[in-house]
Amino acid sequence: MSKIHVTTQVNGDAVEFLCAPDETLLDVLRDRLNLTGAKEGCGTGDCGACSVTIDGRLVASCLVLGAEVEGSAIETVEGIGTADALHPLQRHLLEHAALQCGICTPGIVVAAKALLLQNPDPSEEETRYWLAGNLCRCTGYDKIIRAVLSAASELRGENA
Amino acid sequence: MKQDFKILGTRPIRPDGLDKVTGKAMFGADKSVTGMLHARILRSPHAHAEIVSINTAKAEALAGVKAVITGDDFADVENSATRYTMQNCMAQGRALYDGHAVAAVAAVSKAVAAEALKLIEVEYKTLPHVTDVDEAMLPGAPVLHEGVKARTLGDDVSGNTVGYYSFGHGDLETGFSEADEVIERTFKTAAVHQGYIEPHACLADLGGDGRGELWCSTQGHYMVREVCSEILHIDASQLRVTASEIGGGFGGKTTVFIEPVALKLSQKAGKPVKLVMSRDEVFRASGPTMSSSIDIKIGMTKAGKITGAHAKLRYQGGAFPYEMVMMGAMSAFAAYDLEHVQAEGWDVMTNRPKMISYRAPGAPMAVYAVESVVDELCQKLGLDPIDTRLLNAAREGTKSSYGPTFKAIGLVEALEAAKAHPHYSAPLAPNTGRGISCGFWFNFGGQVSVSMAINADGTVSLIEGNPDIGGSRASISMMAAEALGIEFDRVRTIVGDTASVGFSDVTDGSRVTFAVGIATIKAANAAIKEMCKRAAKIWDIDAEAVEWVDGAAQPTGHNAGDFPPMSLAEIAATSGKTGGPIAGHHEGAPDKAGVSFGVHMVDVEVDPETGFTSIKRYTAFQDVGKAIHPAYVEGQIQGGAAQGIGWALNEEYIYGEDGRLQNPGFLDYRIPVASDLPMIEAVIIEVPNPGHPFGVRGCGETSIVPPLAAVANGVAHAIGVRMFALPMSPPKILKVL
Amino acid sequence: MARVVIFGSLRAFTGGVEMMEIEAATTRELLKKLTARYPALFDTIESGVSLAIDGEVFKDAWFTPIGPESEVVIMPLMVGG
Ligand code: FES
Ligand code: FES
Repeated sequence: MSKIHVTTQVNGDAVEFLCAPDETLLDVLRDRLNLTGAKEGCGTGDCGACSVTIDGRLVASCLVLGAEVEGSAIETVEGIGTADALHPLQRHLLEHAALQCGICTPGIVVAAKALLLQNPDPSEEETRYWLAGNLCRCTGYDKIIRAVLSAASELRGENA
Repeated sequence: MKQDFKILGTRPIRPDGLDKVTGKAMFGADKSVTGMLHARILRSPHAHAEIVSINTAKAEALAGVKAVITGDDFADVENSATRYTMQNCMAQGRALYDGHAVAAVAAVSKAVAAEALKLIEVEYKTLPHVTDVDEAMLPGAPVLHEGVKARTLGDDVSGNTVGYYSFGHGDLETGFSEADEVIERTFKTAAVHQGYIEPHACLADLGGDGRGELWCSTQGHYMVREVCSEILHIDASQLRVTASEIGGGFGGKTTVFIEPVALKLSQKAGKPVKLVMSRDEVFRASGPTMSSSIDIKIGMTKAGKITGAHAKLRYQGGAFPYEMVMMGAMSAFAAYDLEHVQAEGWDVMTNRPKMISYRAPGAPMAVYAVESVVDELCQKLGLDPIDTRLLNAAREGTKSSYGPTFKAIGLVEALEAAKAHPHYSAPLAPNTGRGISCGFWFNFGGQVSVSMAINADGTVSLIEGNPDIGGSRASISMMAAEALGIEFDRVRTIVGDTASVGFSDVTDGSRVTFAVGIATIKAANAAIKEMCKRAAKIWDIDAEAVEWVDGAAQPTGHNAGDFPPMSLAEIAATSGKTGGPIAGHHEGAPDKAGVSFGVHMVDVEVDPETGFTSIKRYTAFQDVGKAIHPAYVEGQIQGGAAQGIGWALNEEYIYGEDGRLQNPGFLDYRIPVASDLPMIEAVIIEVPNPGHPFGVRGCGETSIVPPLAAVANGVAHAIGVRMFALPMSPPKILKVL
Repeated sequence: MARVVIFGSLRAFTGGVEMMEIEAATTRELLKKLTARYPALFDTIESGVSLAIDGEVFKDAWFTPIGPESEVVIMPLMVGG
């Protein structure tokens, strides 16, 4: 199969890669670009572990083809914060002990960030429905929801 | 035994958390090496079939394919348990369930490997199959393996019945004759999967000389080393296994499914091989928990005293011999102080993937059935469900239904906390019901190794051998800091590979905090002893005249000498000159893990139009002995509750007439999502475990036990009809409405 | 002498005997004497059992001390998740 040449932007950096026509964006990120923050929990769009944004739009990268992202801007968990400069969401997840195994965490960070961009003041219910596509088997979601709500309030400039 | 702690009971941020929120943490599938191959496994589409022949020639001829293996590539092993594990990883002669591995390929890319699978020609001759436990027990059922029937069983059950256990005491007839009301019911529960979000994954590199490296997601890398070295016929010392970060296990990663296959492919191809299961494979071929068919008979007086109790548990555990029903039989009535009690259990093989532990394995379904009948009796006799449980509750000194006499336990405390909680007296909305259930789990010790180095800068490096499945590195660092008397952030705990620290059992039975904790305290004490010796040398006094207080050596009194305390950092700084590096280590097999009881309370609302059950309010009470890091303890309780809710309401393995699994994906096997659940309030109760220096009990498993009956009882009260099978999915509820 | 209790289904190998007295200082000694008395128990004990000594559960390590007044319950080898 001949490969497709794709030029795109990942976490702010220009990136070029070659991929097979049927290769998913998730495989491209993980296998070709060494960005293993997005995880494959199902490969069928049901778990959210592979969440990334394309031009700000939240997607399951296992359902997107690498070839589709020509010319767009992708953000993965690796682009959201660093150890020295955590995004408030990441910090609140840590402070609330909202991760156990942590395999779902990158997807939650990406999805929750997308939520707060379009709705800075979500209710608990809105948060639960937004994150319903991100499976977590460890936590029962309680601490995740609390972390997202308190990060939201910090981002709104309220006292967390 | 109330102790004052400086660090235990606080909520520091876990040291590995940073890597996990930034995406840096390396899980099973995240590691790659140059030149590695990608592997795929071909799986049986039949529930039961003889493998007449496998032709791999075309696959081997495909460009980019570097190795193809089948069951024939695995030489026999002596130990029968290991042989079953091996044959579960790769079928030999017969495919025993839908999804059973029959061949595997390693190739230069995932795409080529997938292409090659299509070129493997397998000729099957299908055989009769059975997937239901009651059918599999019937004489005349297709038998999975001959010659493994439980020794004590007669001709009334089939050869699939590989285990029979019975526990109890007293005389059932007497017990039931003393009752004012006796209820006898039969229950069924579906098989459910642990549902960890990370599929099994490994990266194997095995040379022709028998030296190998294996990276994998597991609950026990020593277990992986032992099993794989036996299957591959290599020395354990030659196979170094490194545990990746593990994306959930819950018992499901306490055995191997793909590691021997990856190692064999690597050996054959002479290259590193990466093997990652798809979600479909996780469901079809990694171990779910047992399904069950259960009879419960309980007698009660008008006052609520249980006079007699009998359980018959028939568990279906898949295609190979296994032992697990005993855990259910031992747990069934553990919450109660009973004079006449018997719990019997049968382990049964069927044409399904071999079961593996799932959080408190065997207990949830047994306790679901028992607690449902207790609830029905309370309903019928007009009794308060908590008062009735209090009246019968096991306590210190109770001879448990499974034999031993309980030491200090916290069931009464949990029940009383539940009774006093505002949730219990809150009014209920229409179509809503409140359910209560007790739950129980044992917790274990087991073998463990810890090695601790006191660094010259006053920090501490600790290596332990149990994969961290939920924050154990943090709690171990906390215990080390507490024992040494230093700050939490001075300690860094890592999980060592199999070449860097001694053997450790798999992370199961909630044992890590307990067992590794004890070993950590003992390793710290060894280091403290050495530090006191160094201080004594420096002060030129007797080592016995030095004691360790608040992180520093000090003379035991004025008679011993007048020196200001010398801190760990000060002693460490001069260690090079006072006798060399200071370290402490401990290898042992601590026991006395202590049992843990919980009580869950739930309000459920059932929509009469759709049959959909929503969880309106949930409160879980659990005795954990001593909560090292309360936030993780709460997390364990909340996580277990959510899994139990899924088990009660939606999760199930659905098999067709053809014996094939019909829902091997998260779309049709529905685990709870964020919008299915409310906040789950976790109430921690601390009745210290007398068997642990800090009072710790394991706490990770008990929480999955009560939710099944709590939800079922809630549903029964909400709709006024009791159901006797799990899951209570909307169509099933609609049917009885 | 320690009081030894055999769990239900294991009694099939002790001719139905549920309780017995055995003089033993350690678990190893106790299990040896038990199999000497009831050879049918050998396979089960070989493959591993758990013991509850005075209410505390132990795996079958050889040298766990047993007190003269102890109650020892022989149970199947327990596993977790
Ligand atoms: S891997 Fe993409 S949604 Fe699960
Ligand atoms: S923390 Fe393990 S899946 Fe969410």
